[in-house]
Amino acid sequence: MKLLLVGSGGFAGAVCRYKLAGWIHARYASAFPYGTLTVNLLGSFLLGYLAGHVSAETFVLWMGTGFIGAFTTFSTLKLESIKLLKQRLMLVWLLYTGVTYTFGILLAYAGYHI
Amino acid sequence: MKVIYIGLAGFAGALSRYSLSFLWNEGPGRFPWGTLACNLLGCLLLGYLSTAVLVNWKPDLRIAVTAGFIGAFTTFSAFSLEIVQLAASGRTGIAVVYGLVSLWGGLLFTWVGMAAAGKRKEVDRA
Repeated sequence: MKLLLVGSGGFAGAVCRYKLAGWIHARYASAFPYGTLTVNLLGSFLLGYLAGHVSAETFVLWMGTGFIGAFTTFSTLKLESIKLLKQRLMLVWLLYTGVTYTFGILLAYAGYHI
Repeated sequence: MKVIYIGLAGFAGALSRYSLSFLWNEGPGRFPWGTLACNLLGCLLLGYLSTAVLVNWKPDLRIAVTAGFIGAFTTFSAFSLEIVQLAASGRTGIAVVYGLVSLWGGLLFTWVGMAAAGKRKEVDRA
């Protein structure tokens, strides 16, 4: 049952990430990965909120571990970072890394305590 | 159809992450070995697959594995929350180490994956 909750949340989270990030990347074509940034910051806030306010285990497994876990991504963040470094776009890389980590952690904190 | 493949791969990716986290994460405020393992392993795989020439792979399969499986297997939201929980439990030093290892380790593992795929390409050509 737990596995089904996590898996079905992961199904929806991966599809939503693919759709939303793709839509943003198409709309705001730029070297700066706005799409990945958006899903990661939004997901960090939501997971912080969930951890601070919801204790129902089934919902946390589906929504937190499954959906939000799959909605946000770490591997794409790093692949985009390496590509920026290879293109010698150091300032863009620095900005992307700084904004992702700083606001990701701050938003998780804000969601937890709001 | 592509979206269904991505979803199914996301199902498997989230389950794999849950399993590793279940085995290796010791709970809020402790060093999250499981999440770190998922994130670094995912970087290695995505680095490799983004560079390797996979002639037998249909485009739908590639996007399902990269965006679906690896995307759902790795996670940024759990990382952010874990940093907050480590700091909240007074383990600020461990939070900093976890943050730096993820930040630079992720880059290193992605780069190693890409380099391994690049090496294979040279071997294929020779």
